[in-house]
Amino acid sequence: MQIEERKKIGYYPGCAITMGSSSEEYGTSVLRVSEEIGPELEEIHDWNCCGASSAHATNHKLSTALSIRNISLAEQSGYKEILAPCPMCSQRLIISQKDVADDEELKKDVADAIKMPCDGDVKIINYLELIKNYCMDEIAEKKKKTPKDLKIASYYGCLLLRPPKVLKFDDPENPTSMEEIVKATGATSVDWELKTNCCGGGFTLSRPDVVLKLTNDILECAADVGADAIAVACPMCHANLDMRQKKIGKEYNRKFDIPIVYISELIGLALDLGPISLGLNKHFIDTESVVNAFA
Amino acid sequence: MSKKIGVFVCHCGTNISATVDVEKVAEEAKKNNPGVSYTTTYKYMCSDPGQKLLRDKIKEEGLDGVVVAACSPKMHEHTFRNASKKAGMNPYHVEISNLREQCSWVHPDKPTGTEKSVDLVRMMTEKTRKDKSLNPIKVPVTRKALVIGGGIAGIQAALDIADAGHEVIMVEREPSIGGHMAQLSETFPTLDCSQCIMTPKMVELAQHENIKLYTWSEIESVDGYIGNFDIKIRMKARSVDLDLCTGCSSCWQVCPCKKIKSEFDMELGNRTAIYVPFPQAIPSKPVIDRENCILMKDARKRNIKPNDSKVCRKCLDSCPIAPVKAIDYNQVDEIVSEKVGAIIVATGYKELDDTSMYGEYGAGKYKDVITGLQFERLASASGPTEGEIQRPSDGKVPEIIVFIQCVGSRDPAKGCSYCSKTCCMYTAKHTMLYKHKVHDGHAFVFYIDIRCAGKDYEEFSMRAIEEEGATYLRGRVSRIYKKGEKLVVLGADTLTGSVVEIEADMVVLASAMKAQDDAEKFAQKLSIQYNKDKFLSEIHPKLKPVESSSAGIFLAGACQGPKDIPETVAQAGAAASKVLALLSADELEREPVVAKVDRLPAPIFSTCIGCFYCQRVCPYGAIEEEDIKARDGSTIKTVAKVNVGLCQGCGLCAATCRSKSVELAGFNDEQVFAEINSVEFN
Repeated sequence: MQIEERKKIGYYPGCAITMGSSSEEYGTSVLRVSEEIGPELEEIHDWNCCGASSAHATNHKLSTALSIRNISLAEQSGYKEILAPCPMCSQRLIISQKDVADDEELKKDVADAIKMPCDGDVKIINYLELIKNYCMDEIAEKKKKTPKDLKIASYYGCLLLRPPKVLKFDDPENPTSMEEIVKATGATSVDWELKTNCCGGGFTLSRPDVVLKLTNDILECAADVGADAIAVACPMCHANLDMRQKKIGKEYNRKFDIPIVYISELIGLALDLGPISLGLNKHFIDTESVVNAFA
Repeated sequence: MSKKIGVFVCHCGTNISATVDVEKVAEEAKKNNPGVSYTTTYKYMCSDPGQKLLRDKIKEEGLDGVVVAACSPKMHEHTFRNASKKAGMNPYHVEISNLREQCSWVHPDKPTGTEKSVDLVRMMTEKTRKDKSLNPIKVPVTRKALVIGGGIAGIQAALDIADAGHEVIMVEREPSIGGHMAQLSETFPTLDCSQCIMTPKMVELAQHENIKLYTWSEIESVDGYIGNFDIKIRMKARSVDLDLCTGCSSCWQVCPCKKIKSEFDMELGNRTAIYVPFPQAIPSKPVIDRENCILMKDARKRNIKPNDSKVCRKCLDSCPIAPVKAIDYNQVDEIVSEKVGAIIVATGYKELDDTSMYGEYGAGKYKDVITGLQFERLASASGPTEGEIQRPSDGKVPEIIVFIQCVGSRDPAKGCSYCSKTCCMYTAKHTMLYKHKVHDGHAFVFYIDIRCAGKDYEEFSMRAIEEEGATYLRGRVSRIYKKGEKLVVLGADTLTGSVVEIEADMVVLASAMKAQDDAEKFAQKLSIQYNKDKFLSEIHPKLKPVESSSAGIFLAGACQGPKDIPETVAQAGAAASKVLALLSADELEREPVVAKVDRLPAPIFSTCIGCFYCQRVCPYGAIEEEDIKARDGSTIKTVAKVNVGLCQGCGLCAATCRSKSVELAGFNDEQVFAEINSVEFN
């Protein structure tokens, strides 16, 4: 079914932020904010795994086919853009799109596997791009609350920006898009050093020692510059920073109590949406201080 | 009368004979070819016995044409033409059949190689049959040289030429000569003070009776050709009269603009708006920096003549010269013309600007992450800290210092694939200088490989490690970030397979040597070639290392590629010797392989139709327009004419000409068609 003249954007939740999964508050808040200020998001019908982690570590063709199937579905539904708020998803989708464009043979194999053509030029965007491209004016217009003295450290991690030659989003070493959004919500954006450092990502289960060290560095740096909270746009970053603060405290003799909030939740608070409707009650570290700052 | 042609087939050791049956080639050359009266093969035709064989056979057999089937004509055409000349033959009856580069090296099997060689030799035999005697062209020479760039390369070259008794014109675009070498503290591998060996040379140059120095000047245009270049030099408005000024220093002492970043100190120190870049500058006379001077700014803003602005006249007022002051605010750029016979390009390099490429190292955000040249200024006794190693942010003496090699070099991901060659040595030197000044300090070096090839170089770098105690870690640095007052350096030690994290006080990046920003434009101005990294190209890396692609223009120093001082000085000497050879006579001989536009008797005058397509394709600007005039002075037609001084014999004009009016001597249509027709196409 072709949809003419659509402003709607295909919404690809992926496994981590879809309803009922570990980071559903990200998905919930993204959808809640879009209801309020647009653009209209429509879930891609019959979407499947993006092929990240296990698939792309073991079978390149399979992981590409998984990604491309989602893009082709979106293409068939007539979407011009896909929003994949999870950076792991957006990165996989973009890289797969490039891989089939560069490799005729792979393209043929993938098309055979998914039984759909796969030359879609649907543009895949991450959540920061969505906000910057469509919502900055709306936020300014519909903002109801301005937080008092809320210092936010914007944390990008790696997947939003890397590999830079393929993703072509912001400066890989010194990105600034999230800071701009933080400022739009009325919070104070603090300059800090480790906004693009690795959080340990996928090593969270296999090498927790490495993850503890890396997350400790990040939390320590944010705490040292006086951040009240860290804003993220990635479920992996969120999990590593939010879940482990207690353990880090034990390991490195420093008590951290820094709320880790999704950038979508922050926008939601500025729009005066209910904290529970944004999923702010689903964090390990209590987000009350952030919510109260917007009161 | 048909020619008696001799064919000499070279084995080139086994380079040719391994894939070409040379005996068969010689035999076939004679078969069905009545003109070929003698054939032979020899192991090394270019050797002395080989050349003697050629000379003897020309005389004994009475040959009047020779085909040498050997390597590329680029390699030894000259050799064999010389040999034949000695035997009394006009050298342009010698043709080279390239059996090495174009045959044996590219074909793996003998039957194919042999078959192709037979064809190649037959082609050249046919061409030789049509060869005509040619005589060298004589061109007058202006016995004067131009040296562009006043760094160590230019200074050395200029002194060598001037000492031999020829006039030299030196053009330097900065206010003083000295270049990068004047900025260095000590030099490897001897650790002698750079200023102590550089400044006497600068003085010698300035005082040399044969050298005319233009500083704060740039090349405006270069016209003409080898032996006869017409140069226009733009003398930028200095605002100071060099003849009147005594360099007394009173003007820059009173200048109120004191916070301008000093280029000489790599922005670690300040200078005034009227300034000499450093105390030992030559000439030690100031220049007004028009961008930053408040008077000049005011004049620009109000669009008035600088002298009419009264915002600040402190330097003028302080000038003790009377009755006419040495400072002239209204001075304007001046263009001067010079004629020279040869040019040496010694325009040097530029240090990589770290702000552009390395975001992971802070991209210029951290004051205490500095470049190699900045460290030189810190370590120099004439630098902003008078030789004390103090970090720029707070003047603290760094206790832990990290050096990172190959920043911008050997990094294809950042678009810089080459090795800058000097950094391994200067980093080793930096660790030593640091250790000599900060005894308790510790230096770490991250490296990919240590490349210290050069006399006494390896020993020097080992000394840094073994005696001076620098810790060398083999690996790259992934990130530098600030933590309190410290810089955290995250890197890998690939020898132990571990991750290294160093909390350093200061980081020094061994930044790459890059071509000057305007190298490309400059090269185009001089019609000389350059490589992908914008370094100027020599004609041949081994056989013509200082010759540029334009005759009469030579290269010296780092404009041609990264180089250290010893190598630069050696190359400058080599370039000077080439210039001296060129200037050794009033006339010079040029290869007669040049193009010619035909001239015929009236009423045709020339078959040239004056379309000047040839002018558009000529890479050397050798095509001129000539008016053919009637007796009454009126122009009958305008036709093309080749300037034989500029023509390099590439043949583009002849190939482009629509009316077949251009002929390239030694490669005329008759000769080329004879070659082609001799090939049996299957």
